[in-house]
Amino acid sequence: MKFFEEAGQYFILLTKVFAKPEKYILYYRQTVKEVEKIGLNSFGIVVIISIFVGAVITIQTNYNLENPLLPRYLVGVTVRDSLLLEFSSTMVALILAGKVGSSIASEIGTMRVSEQIDALEIMGVNSASYLILPKIIAAMFFFPILSLLSMFVGIFGGYLTCILTDILLPSDYIYGIQYMFYPHYISYSVTKVVFYAFIIVTISSYQGYYAEGGALEVGRSSTKAVVYSSILVLLANLILTKLILS
Amino acid sequence: MIEVKHLTKKFEDKTVLDDVSITFEQGKTNLIIGQSGSGKTVLLKSIVGLHTVDQGEIWYDDRQYNSLNFKQKKEIRKEIGMLFQGAALFDSSTVEENVMLPLDMFTEMSYKEKLSRVNFCLERVNLTEVNSLFPSEISGGMKKRVAIARAIALNPKYLFCDEPNSGLDPQTGIVIDNLIKNITEEFNITTIINTHDMNSVIEIGDKVVFIYEGKKIWEGSNQEIMKTECKELNEFVFATNLAKKLRENP
Repeated sequence: MKFFEEAGQYFILLTKVFAKPEKYILYYRQTVKEVEKIGLNSFGIVVIISIFVGAVITIQTNYNLENPLLPRYLVGVTVRDSLLLEFSSTMVALILAGKVGSSIASEIGTMRVSEQIDALEIMGVNSASYLILPKIIAAMFFFPILSLLSMFVGIFGGYLTCILTDILLPSDYIYGIQYMFYPHYISYSVTKVVFYAFIIVTISSYQGYYAEGGALEVGRSSTKAVVYSSILVLLANLILTKLILS
Repeated sequence: MIEVKHLTKKFEDKTVLDDVSITFEQGKTNLIIGQSGSGKTVLLKSIVGLHTVDQGEIWYDDRQYNSLNFKQKKEIRKEIGMLFQGAALFDSSTVEENVMLPLDMFTEMSYKEKLSRVNFCLERVNLTEVNSLFPSEISGGMKKRVAIARAIALNPKYLFCDEPNSGLDPQTGIVIDNLIKNITEEFNITTIINTHDMNSVIEIGDKVVFIYEGKKIWEGSNQEIMKTECKELNEFVFATNLAKKLRENP
């Protein structure tokens, strides 16, 4: 019963979020700020994780393909497909659910418990739209860029591993990266990330917007935001993969 | 003028406001007093529409607020200024941006005009050279003054203050009280203040309403409150030793 109540409340919040903005210029300014807060500030973590994951996938794949009957370039193919199909979309989304989701829930939750949202409402401002819509737009615009960045950096991480160790010739790796490349993989990945961005921002905002009480409850809403958005990202991954790849 | 008629508000089975009727007059500081948990904040938040009421009517001059749709309520809200207990300034915005937000949102002024209005409001609350500071960089009293400046930015007809002195030292509390009183008289605003600070009652209470266990049991002026026969009100007003001594030796 509580699930249906929360689901209903979530969709009511979405109708408030997508109401006509009071002033477009203010929303535009907020969106630019959010691009910096939830997009540019996530660059570092995405780069660091992607480079290491690219390197590790290269080493692991090479270890598993140590068979003279298998061509060496298959390592590059596997690294590329792993990154493009799953890591740079879903895994990066899960990382962002942790970083961005908790930040959004605690920011909006703190605004709720310190009556800043009430202050906006009293002014006649649609607080849900003013606070959440710019975050949704910023995330849906910027998460795909982070995903593309993760693909490049991950592949580069694998290439660095080839150069710094002697497990694989860089030329074999590069050949594998280019071998039977389907550009559709990128559009598939980017499509998924756009959906993930929506899920992460709206679920986290919902948790923060309806936070009640004090610091403890804001902390709880932040944890819930990460857990629920991660589960929904995985569910969306399953559904979108079935829809797009079959 | 704001009129509340037979207001009842329940949270699940608990009745927090029980058949409350009050008239708040224009150009006067109307004080709602009562113990913690008596229903003062719920009453204030019900009047501004942050809580929906179960029964009763709320009138802003000739407009019945609680029967209006969302769009119509929004129009009235543009005429409302509110000072929250914790000031409720936006942490990520500077003082100037905080005061400018309502102007940005609801006026077509140029930046120069908005800045001039912001500076006027800040000067009105005796604040200068704080435009570029963030709320975390100013004191509690200054935060309240910025919140008042933000509340009056759009020339409100109605001003609501939820415990404006809480967390402030007595001297700063008096400054805030006087500021609210002066602004109310200067701009002929209907001001409603929620407080349990007896100094505010004595100093600025043009009209005082006492809420006890969700019911209005007394109303009068700050002069009448000292001579009242109402037992619950006397227990509240003369709760401190200092007040008791003053009553014994006026």
